[in-house]
Amino acid sequence: MLKRVHFPASPLPYLLVAPQIIVTLVFFIWPASQALYQSLLVEDAFGLSSEFVWFENFTLLAQDEQYLSTFWRTAVFSSLVAFISMSIALILAGFAERVIKGATTYRTLLIWPYAVAPVLAGALWVFMFNPTLGIFPYFLDIIGIKWNHYLNGGQAMGLVIAAAAWKQIAYNFLFYLAAMQSIPRSIIEAAAIDGAGPVRRFWTQTLPLVSPTTFFLVVINIVYAFFETFGIIHVVTQGGPANATTILVYKVFNDGFVGLDLGGSAAQSVILMVIVILMTVAQFRYVEKKVEY
Amino acid sequence: MVENRPFLTVITHIVLVLGVAMIALPIWITFVAASHDEIRMLQAPIPLMPGSHFADNLKQTLFGAGLSGDQTPVWRMLLNSLAMALMISVGKIAISIISAFAIVYFKFPFRMGFFWMIFITLMLPVEVRILPTFEVVANLGLLNSYWGLSIPLIASATATFMFRQVFLTIPDEMLESARIDGAGPMRFFWDILLPLSRTNIAALFVILFIYGWNQYLWPLLITTDTDMTTIVMSIKQMLESAEQSPQWNVIMMTALLAMLPPILVVIGMQKLFVQGLTETDK
Repeated sequence: MLKRVHFPASPLPYLLVAPQIIVTLVFFIWPASQALYQSLLVEDAFGLSSEFVWFENFTLLAQDEQYLSTFWRTAVFSSLVAFISMSIALILAGFAERVIKGATTYRTLLIWPYAVAPVLAGALWVFMFNPTLGIFPYFLDIIGIKWNHYLNGGQAMGLVIAAAAWKQIAYNFLFYLAAMQSIPRSIIEAAAIDGAGPVRRFWTQTLPLVSPTTFFLVVINIVYAFFETFGIIHVVTQGGPANATTILVYKVFNDGFVGLDLGGSAAQSVILMVIVILMTVAQFRYVEKKVEY
Repeated sequence: MVENRPFLTVITHIVLVLGVAMIALPIWITFVAASHDEIRMLQAPIPLMPGSHFADNLKQTLFGAGLSGDQTPVWRMLLNSLAMALMISVGKIAISIISAFAIVYFKFPFRMGFFWMIFITLMLPVEVRILPTFEVVANLGLLNSYWGLSIPLIASATATFMFRQVFLTIPDEMLESARIDGAGPMRFFWDILLPLSRTNIAALFVILFIYGWNQYLWPLLITTDTDMTTIVMSIKQMLESAEQSPQWNVIMMTALLAMLPPILVVIGMQKLFVQGLTETDK
């Protein structure tokens, strides 16, 4: 990664990396190590003294029914967000790829939700589903469904998933469209000459050929659902009703800033860190060798 | 298109139009809500066609006190967001391009150590180090300041990797000839590397501006002074106040104003946006 031709050693390169390294040390590595350290401590109720307890915080979490169900809920939430937004994006990209006239117009009209902040996406959906005013509860009421996500945990989860998936379609669409456009025409034409119709070609050619993109998007979408959906949950349900939409990140925030359980919150942070590391490794393996097919 | 199937073409357009409608529906409802008066927005079902109060609502939202009891005017929040987004995006680009330059063009002790240290930041999103980072910022006295809003977010592994990738594709002969002509490292950086990576910088800027503008959790934690509120985080407070005094026209106008700048950036600079997105995430 070093250039064959390069400048000789001098103080200059140290000055050049200094800003980035200082910010990294002060705001990333130091806080992360603090989180690691705090995860091994228990503080008393007044924050006056703390005791070193090794892995007690982790064993407590492992026995905590609520934490385990949060884990499970996060898994369901992220897989559904990833699955829904990726399938819709795949279908739209499959059709958009066929269009010759107006393809750019469709792309423009489909990609802009990428720019909407998650918390705003949440605000729009919570307004559409407002139990007294929203248009969806109004129409649902006509067909006999009472909508109130403030009381019904399942409906709350559905709303959060819909808002999170809606925002992510744009991103997935863009990557699927690019992947499909890079498939060589000759392959598709050969199959068409052999008599394979559009649907058959989609299943036997397009889908396998975009599988590296699918793998990449699965990782990206799971990371998105794990971390970036905090804003959506904070604004739509605040984790409720009765923790029905509390995911891991929301619990770290809630236990740390609202519940002030520093040790427990830090232990949860450490677990999240491990998850991020695993996902980053998965993502880099993709970059290294792509998926075999 | 491989073969001509008029029926399939019709289906294609129907599906795509439905897709666009599904994507656009929430924004349409927001726009409609922002164009009616307060009274109309309290009657279910809420309207689906725009009303005539858009300009009034815009004026009231931007320059009025926003919602009653809310002291910070919305234009101030927009400025705060703009300042934060610009500081984050410019800061990230500046510190990443110089560290990539050092790592690619210099041989010096601990070079790889620095590289891995930057790499690690990829694995530490704000969400997993919320509390301790908050403590650091509080100890440095950066709460309620633009510095506190932006600096903790400007370390960037992805931007550094991207510039490293760009520099690695620049032929070695460039440096050789620059050195023969007597150019020092900084001269080479300013006169050759910077102009050559101009489009990459622009593409990255588009992505980072959106990233910066849309920050939520971080500003929420470190700003308690209402003068430092960003437009994106104000939505949450407005929705909470809606439980007492629901001024949905003003709330939805604020949401619209909060979304507009990044959406305009995506649509206006679509080519750079697509390039930036595909380059930084690979």
